[in-house]
Amino acid sequence: MNYISHSDAERAEMLESLGLQSVEELFEVVPRHVRFPELKLPKALSELEVTRLMTDLSGQNTNVLSHPCFLGAGAYRHYIPSVIGHLAGRAEFFTAYTPYQPEVSQGTLQAIYEFQTMMGELYNMEVANASMYDGASALAEAAIMAVNVTGRRKIIMPRTVHPDSRAVTRTYTEPQGITIEEYATVEEALEHLDDATAALLVQQPDFLGQLLDLQKLSDAAHAHKALFVVSAYPTAMGLIKPPGDFGADIVVGEGQPLGMALSFGGPYVGIFTCRNEYIRQLPGRIVGKALDKEGKQAYVLTLRTREQDIRRERATSNICTNEGLIALIVTIYLSAMGKQGLRQVAEQSYHKAHYAAAEIAKLPGYELAFDGPFFNEFVVRCKSAEAVEAVQKACREAGIIGGYSLSEVFDDMADCLLFCCTEMNTREEIDRLVAVLKAV
Amino acid sequence: MNAPLEPLIYDISRPGRIAFSLPDLDVPEAPIPAEFERDPELLGLPEVSELDVVRHFTHLSRLNHAIDVGFYPLGSCTMKYNPKLNEDVARMPGFTWVHPLQPEDTVQGALRVQYELQNYLAEIAGFDAATLQPAAGAQGELVGVLTIRAYHQARGDTQRNKILVPDAAHGTNPATAAMCGFKVVTIKSDSRGNVDLEALARHVGPDTAGLMLTNPNTLGLFDEHLTEIAEIVHKAGGLMYGDGANFNAILGIVKPGEVGFDVMHINLHKTFSTPHGGGGPGSGPVVCKSHLAPYLPTPVVEKETRDGQDHYSFRKLPGTVGKVRSFWGNFGMHVRAYTYIRVHGARGLRDISENAVLNANYIMNKLKDTYDVAYDRTCMHECVLSGRKQKQKYGVKTLDIAKRLLDFGYHSPTIYFPLIVEEAIMIEPTETESKTTLDEFIDTMLQIAREAEETPDLVKNAPYTTPVLRLDEATAARKPELRYRCFG
Repeated sequence: MNYISHSDAERAEMLESLGLQSVEELFEVVPRHVRFPELKLPKALSELEVTRLMTDLSGQNTNVLSHPCFLGAGAYRHYIPSVIGHLAGRAEFFTAYTPYQPEVSQGTLQAIYEFQTMMGELYNMEVANASMYDGASALAEAAIMAVNVTGRRKIIMPRTVHPDSRAVTRTYTEPQGITIEEYATVEEALEHLDDATAALLVQQPDFLGQLLDLQKLSDAAHAHKALFVVSAYPTAMGLIKPPGDFGADIVVGEGQPLGMALSFGGPYVGIFTCRNEYIRQLPGRIVGKALDKEGKQAYVLTLRTREQDIRRERATSNICTNEGLIALIVTIYLSAMGKQGLRQVAEQSYHKAHYAAAEIAKLPGYELAFDGPFFNEFVVRCKSAEAVEAVQKACREAGIIGGYSLSEVFDDMADCLLFCCTEMNTREEIDRLVAVLKAV
Repeated sequence: MNAPLEPLIYDISRPGRIAFSLPDLDVPEAPIPAEFERDPELLGLPEVSELDVVRHFTHLSRLNHAIDVGFYPLGSCTMKYNPKLNEDVARMPGFTWVHPLQPEDTVQGALRVQYELQNYLAEIAGFDAATLQPAAGAQGELVGVLTIRAYHQARGDTQRNKILVPDAAHGTNPATAAMCGFKVVTIKSDSRGNVDLEALARHVGPDTAGLMLTNPNTLGLFDEHLTEIAEIVHKAGGLMYGDGANFNAILGIVKPGEVGFDVMHINLHKTFSTPHGGGGPGSGPVVCKSHLAPYLPTPVVEKETRDGQDHYSFRKLPGTVGKVRSFWGNFGMHVRAYTYIRVHGARGLRDISENAVLNANYIMNKLKDTYDVAYDRTCMHECVLSGRKQKQKYGVKTLDIAKRLLDFGYHSPTIYFPLIVEEAIMIEPTETESKTTLDEFIDTMLQIAREAEETPDLVKNAPYTTPVLRLDEATAARKPELRYRCFG
């Protein structure tokens, strides 16, 4: 099967107009000994066959729509209203390209303008760009931007920033000779701030679910004229004061929780917001308002001289394609949920996580690893690393996708599990989880 | 000022309207610490009904040109038809509702898709290993150049601080090389649109880390000296990076891994038809030869057979350049590309490229007497024309021609790129367009050329029929207004 429109007769006519006998003649520039290689691929399938195959492969995955799930750790199972699939699934949106011709791209452009507005409101920041690949690369780009803004080359962050965000930040900055210092705790990170520090990077809530006192961190960074950069869980902003309230200079985030399916890790969307004074240092695309020649209000890609296609090796970033469709999904989600809905999602996530944490803490053999305030994730310390494995096994046998084993990332937390609740977790699901833990 | 085409969602907002429903809270409420709690009034989100949301975004969608609406000959972007089947498959709950950190035994189907896609891409392009992690082509470039850097470093070959980039290259190439800490050296093109071998020989040396080459290049031309170029670079100890943006031209025609490339990225959103989404998501897998495989982003997916049963798992790479994206990449795009490859098979993939190249040559041939052709030889999947004649004779610029096309229901081609062609018009029809569409487009291009001659102002003031007319982009950039203000 293929999606080519010509009939054989039409193809013959086209070849004839080119004075060719066969289509192969078009490829004589390719060295003969490597021309038309064999591709060892499975044979072509019809639509019916491939649907059967993919239904089977899809069915081999345990999906968290039909199974209780307590995994978070950077990707979150939130409710997705029906309107999103129907609207973002309109081909006028998803089969368009980057809106380079504004006259025929006002739909995409206005949606991005609304996205930029919503991201600014969510984090209480002045400006946002049109999106980044994901939260991790957004944080990495924020680190590079902080270096460019301050002219300093050292970044400080605690390991309570998501491990993937830290890893991506290291990958992006290392070749540019930027030093990344990582510390076990926020307190230790603060002690190492100095006048050579470009930025302090933190996460709110942090990777272990804890809410940070952003004012204290912001003041500490600013005392050294370093930028204060926060990666924030956007759903939490429905309930928790945003980083912009505390003088953050750059705020980034992973936008997936705002209406995007988990999709085994992607596509997601990076949110990037900052102070107005840094707009000419922003990576990626930005949409601004413009008037057409008859004075009609419209939108257009703007401040383009920062970008790679114009500035080439002097661009602020190499990013080109971003996550336009996912940014649209976020915009539709926040329109549908609105001011009240996002608050309710955040409140329910908060209350359910607190209920689950309290119930688990009552069980012998389990305790909460931290006593500070948290949003919807919390760390449970088990009796031992073996106990963690037993819990995970018991969850699987009970058909529950359990917590995240922190042994994956921290050697000194091998006896700990990170649990997450959202509005999707019913009390009955939580009680089942607690019962499974109790029985281990 | 005229009314906007569609009000902002904030303008539609009315206090108290809602478009959501959630179950009642079924657990006790926990106290929320006052020092953390946000004032709900200060959350600047709209308040609208469900029908408000539906109408608003439906209205917006109708302001867009898109592949499903009409021809989109945007050179270098491969705006081919995106099969509906792929969308249905990608939306299966076992693909969408799967958490990236689930235990491996609960995601065997997803891992198999990734494992097999790694292998298919490596096979199609002629390489040994693959990573699916990069989120888009530019991130694939980043990975590719980082692996080259890691390779040299691992050999103690640390003086290689330059990356060579032909002047025809996409802007992402030099931007990526700079992000990786390299000095960029531009290599000019020769009179036939190839890399200038003399210039290459002059610049290549013991400080060369590699050459980033797009082939076919952005002129739509297959480099006539590919083997020599690879030899020159390799002889100097450099590596060959392939920018796979134009891979759609050569599926089953030639394997880049067999003509000297060491590493290459592939844009799934171009060649393998995953939708462009109005500017992403893309997906930029990287394929490489075995000498670069240890440096790929971690982890990769591998297969073991135990007791006759295949088992798929992630394997961490100790020598990796690191991670470039959270989790495992744009999986939803992997599913679509995998489906696309399974539907086509080997012959189907070759048909794609044959028809893409035929279509581009057909258009070039019909237009080359009216518009200048940048380089008059057989092109690959796209052709680059020049509007210099129209500009010199009638004062009609390429921008005007591009805007006039909008009036006829076409998206404009890519214009003013590649930078080395004056008044460039880069047309990529793709393989999915019919002869009828191509003929109509050709007729329109010929008509616009006549208009440029006879009624140049008609072209210079175009478009007339689009939702908005030409915009004042200079003022927009000088006084940027990048968002609505909810609180004054």
